[in-house]
Amino acid sequence: MLNAAPATAAQVVYQRPRSLTETVTHYCPGCTHGISQRLVAEVLDEMGLREKAIGVASVGCSVFAYNYFDVDFVEAAHGRAPAMATGIKRVFPDRTVFTYQGDGDLVSIGMAEVMHAAARGENVTIIFINNAIYGMTGGQMAPTTLPGMRTTSSPLGRDIEVTGMPIRMSEVLAKLDATAFVVRRSLHDATNIRKAKKAIRTAFEVQQQGLGFSLVELLSTCPTNWGMTPNQALSFVEEEMLPYFPLGDYKISEAVKALKV
Amino acid sequence: MAIELLKGNNAIAEAAIRAGLEAYFGYPITPQTELLEHMAARMPELGRTFVQAESEVAAINMVYGAACTGKRVMTTSSSPGISLMMEGLSYIAGTEVPMVLVDVMRGGPGLGNIAPSQGDYTQMVHGGGHGDYHPIVLAPASVQEAIDLTVLAFDLAEKYRTIAVVLADGSIGQMMEPAELPPMAPLKKVLPNWAVTGEPGRPRRLLTSIYLNPDDEEVTNIRLLERWESIRGEEVRWKEYYLEDAELVVVGFGTAGRVALSAVRAARAAGIKAGLLRPISLSPFPETVVRELAGVAEAMLVVEMNAGQMFGDVKLAVDGLIPVEFYGRLGGVVPFPDEILAEIRRVASGPIVGQNGHARQRWLERLSILREGN
Repeated sequence: MLNAAPATAAQVVYQRPRSLTETVTHYCPGCTHGISQRLVAEVLDEMGLREKAIGVASVGCSVFAYNYFDVDFVEAAHGRAPAMATGIKRVFPDRTVFTYQGDGDLVSIGMAEVMHAAARGENVTIIFINNAIYGMTGGQMAPTTLPGMRTTSSPLGRDIEVTGMPIRMSEVLAKLDATAFVVRRSLHDATNIRKAKKAIRTAFEVQQQGLGFSLVELLSTCPTNWGMTPNQALSFVEEEMLPYFPLGDYKISEAVKALKV
Repeated sequence: MAIELLKGNNAIAEAAIRAGLEAYFGYPITPQTELLEHMAARMPELGRTFVQAESEVAAINMVYGAACTGKRVMTTSSSPGISLMMEGLSYIAGTEVPMVLVDVMRGGPGLGNIAPSQGDYTQMVHGGGHGDYHPIVLAPASVQEAIDLTVLAFDLAEKYRTIAVVLADGSIGQMMEPAELPPMAPLKKVLPNWAVTGEPGRPRRLLTSIYLNPDDEEVTNIRLLERWESIRGEEVRWKEYYLEDAELVVVGFGTAGRVALSAVRAARAAGIKAGLLRPISLSPFPETVVRELAGVAEAMLVVEMNAGQMFGDVKLAVDGLIPVEFYGRLGGVVPFPDEILAEIRRVASGPIVGQNGHARQRWLERLSILREGN
């Protein structure tokens, strides 16, 4: 028997995860922050981690992540979330500690902190939102901004002659021997969202098992600062970002390979 | 506990451990590196946390995270490293979590040198990070006092949910003296009710320094200031030497105060009625004591290993009642007692009122003559 419930009874098939608060979102229409935060919350629910997790919010649009997660939270200085997470995890090794950081925060000002947290193999999970732009300050060029992409600080388009090339963070971090799980996923359609959730689940399992540093990079949208409709923004991710930031598993350590999720 | 011959840096580290330190995060820098090395050996053997961070920026932010759990945490550094920590210190102050910081000061500005200095008075006492906040700042003048003030710093930091700083200098950190360590205190069993601990069965907790609504931020600032006012009322510390009948009051902290004491003793032997006020809490500054002394003494002489950073606070407290002179050595030079004695003789021998220019300007002129003489 596949379904025990009577066919006529009303069933709740979709609801707010317990790990999210009832706060009304401040994110722009078409922004994928809401999706990624929901995915993290669903995973915390499913793994029963809501009341033993400590989140570290960063600076950027996700500065208010702590408003949405119904778990203990601290708020880091710009880029320093991995250092703060290190401090927490080292004194509370049995808690689930995660950061939620954007690309300006993690790849630019916080490059040193994330690199060294990864190099130490800190047993924390990092959710890395890459939308190729600074959202909170109004759309400036990020280290992940694509060549030629217009931002308020590259009004004629990113000139690679003077600003160099975007940083592919997952590929960089994967080169560090102490990382356990580093993958890139995307949030531009339902199939990819499901894959993103699975990766987030694996990342938290890696931490639960004490296997080391885990990071999930999520290609995300910023319709407001990209100057696009929500649908155009999703297409931009698929057509422009995916070629430069290929999806994939950049680091799956031997211990993680043996992990059954 | 027995009296042992201890090096300042190691003594501070061991005192912190015995005060119940649970996590240390630091970065090597001379002249405080032995402190970090002591932690590297001792903390793991006690099953406690030691992390050598990739920078002072990371170290202070690791402290920030660990401090949010309510456990006893600290970092230590020296002047250029302290400058890098200013961002984190402002956030920690704004989040109202307790921590202990030890600054073993060296010559500056910039890379400066590794000789003893007191050039961080302003950046510690008057802030250095952005926004309105006041750490407690304690200045030891001996290895024993460094031990005692380190233990006290943890208690004060927790009592007031604030940053407590032990402001030593290179000579306190590097010299060896007989001193007694405290007994090993047990680790805290109960964490405070604001701590972010990831525990079930209670509403979630949030620690942050962001208050986007200006009214909320003003309320937070007022709360910090009211707490500071109670610290000003309760936690002023100083030491007096020969002040009962002193006509000339020398004011100096830390190593400068200790050297000045030798000069004051020599002055007494020569029949000069000099005394010494050695502020121990630089923040809160013992301004009432200075003011009272200004009411009975004839002149003051401030001695520092900087260009007169505390001098301004003394002048403010004296409020023009009596002349205040200044003598300092800079850039890692430690004054000799004879230099200070010469200053005491000068101030004691003649009226300062009516002399031209600012006391700091006159001091610079005397200093240049002294340096040419060398």
